[in-house]
Amino acid sequence: MRTKKSYFPFGYILPAFLIVFAFRLIPIVLSFIISFFKWTIHGPEEFIGLQNYIKLFQDPGFWQSLINTFYLVVFIVPVTLILSLFFANLLNRTKKLSGLFRTTYFIPTVTSLVAISILWKLIFSPHGGLMNHVLGFFSIHGLNWLSEPRGIFTLLFGTIGINIPKAFGGPSLALFAIIIVSIWRSLGYNTIIYLAGLQNIPEVYYEAAEIDGASKWKQFFNITIPLISPTTFYVLLMTTITTFQVFSQVYLMTGPPIGGPLGTTKVIVYYIFDIGFGESQNLSYASAIALVLFFIILGLTMLQKRLEKRVQY
Amino acid sequence: MLKRYFGKGFSYFMLIFCGLIMVVPFIWMVSTSLKSQTAINKGSVGFIPIEFVNYYVHDGKKELCEIVTEEEDLTVINIYDNDGKTFKESYVKVPTENIKSSKHLKFHWENFKEAFTKVPFGRYFLNTLFVSFSVLIGVLITSCLAAYAFARMRFKGRDFIFYLFISMMMVPQPIYLIPSYFLLTKLGWINTYQALIIPWIANIFSIFLLRQQFKTIPQDLFDAAVIDGCSRFEILWRIVLPISKPILATTAIFTLIGSWNSFMWPLVMTSSDNLRVLQVGLSYFAQEASSSTALLMSASTFSIAPLLILFLFAQRQIISSFISSGLKG
Repeated sequence: MRTKKSYFPFGYILPAFLIVFAFRLIPIVLSFIISFFKWTIHGPEEFIGLQNYIKLFQDPGFWQSLINTFYLVVFIVPVTLILSLFFANLLNRTKKLSGLFRTTYFIPTVTSLVAISILWKLIFSPHGGLMNHVLGFFSIHGLNWLSEPRGIFTLLFGTIGINIPKAFGGPSLALFAIIIVSIWRSLGYNTIIYLAGLQNIPEVYYEAAEIDGASKWKQFFNITIPLISPTTFYVLLMTTITTFQVFSQVYLMTGPPIGGPLGTTKVIVYYIFDIGFGESQNLSYASAIALVLFFIILGLTMLQKRLEKRVQY
Repeated sequence: MLKRYFGKGFSYFMLIFCGLIMVVPFIWMVSTSLKSQTAINKGSVGFIPIEFVNYYVHDGKKELCEIVTEEEDLTVINIYDNDGKTFKESYVKVPTENIKSSKHLKFHWENFKEAFTKVPFGRYFLNTLFVSFSVLIGVLITSCLAAYAFARMRFKGRDFIFYLFISMMMVPQPIYLIPSYFLLTKLGWINTYQALIIPWIANIFSIFLLRQQFKTIPQDLFDAAVIDGCSRFEILWRIVLPISKPILATTAIFTLIGSWNSFMWPLVMTSSDNLRVLQVGLSYFAQEASSSTALLMSASTFSIAPLLILFLFAQRQIISSFISSGLKG
């Protein structure tokens, strides 16, 4: 019956195709081209080859932004994974009020990052901020949070009189504040994703393990962890990708000057924004940095996909 | 048995603790938005907007006043008029023992009005509403059409185009921001509504979600419709869309939340005050009024309220949307 030839299938795709072509494909191809040229807002000026990429390697600002971004990933990703799996497990075991918990945990996810950043900037404020007020009950006083350039390990070991070399100081307290906010914001979402994964594990496995006399911990490590691994890979991948793109928190929470004390919260997307739209308006160099970010994300995605195949149950 | 109860108790304790961490910042935001700036500057951090009010007590009368300077036995005060805003008498020296102060609860609702009128938030709201709903309508139209073709039609290059789309979906926004800015400048779209709407009216993720759904519809339904003389478009309109309502709602919710909260794109593509969407307006307000914390919190509160209300009403649908997209993506 499907032989009526009087239709034009491509017509159905055309509207979406035009938009995707003009505003995704062309810009992506263009960003490669731009990065090899001296390029202003009026167009190309001269071909400069790999100059931008050479400049990148010698640019301390770029390396700092890359290190700051790696700090974010190293802290946010594992903590998010552990906490969200933990709370999902608790939620999975409780029947009463679980709807209420799900709703409350989810609120930060649907709230705009702009409002959240403004709110947390105030919470971290040393003058009348909630954070220091609460920490006061635990006799922790006078933290400068968003204007503190010293690393958290430097501060931590400093309290017991040990000096840590600057290279091992860890993320600045200001960057750590951004880490806290980022974890807080995505925790509910990831918990709900994990909860859905947990609910897909058939109850019979646990019943069988129970009969065999396996402890709860054994059950968790030998049944839950392996069977939940697809969800874990999903959460891992999504959290990593979003963490590489942190921007609003840095733009709104730290500063002036934006980028935090001594540039310690300057992350890579903020650096791209600053180079491209700040004083220098260097579109070509900003494109080169954006492409490096693109290849980092692409590489990590492929690495995780490969790992996922190997750990398939 | 005991261990089990202990376990349950621990679970609830942790869950409630975590729940508090999630909502306390918001409660603090609302309570700060209801305080007076003077109270905040004096160091009011708590959750309840309590203020100290001073009275000048004399001849059996109690009059609201403000302390200018305070000394051991003489205090200089400004006495408020009956409206509580303007002064009846200023710089009056009175005996300190006649000044009484008391705590009382006061909600400064006027903060909201002040924040809303200080910068044109009304305009920002309208801009956001206009942009969000235009994007929403555009996304629904383009996604339904494209997903229908990808799912139920055969033609040359279909799979190639589909995988091209999917690979494009993986590219994060910051990566094409710079060339897009150049492109929109060349088109003369910087500082226009088109710049905020047109590039977003096709959403690959929505196409993907809808395609998965359309693929599950049994072929018999299509065959029957063809026999009845339905055209391709009629099948989409009368059969496919009505039975795909839940997934359409999911798509709509995602699009709406995404475009309501989008920040970086409108920040870069617009600079004129008239075109500021809510998020951009709020971010500028945060820079301009950084010392007026009460107003800042009021503005944050009313800017998140619409989505939060939508969420509370449709939370079941919204949460399951996020889950289904998460597990399929």
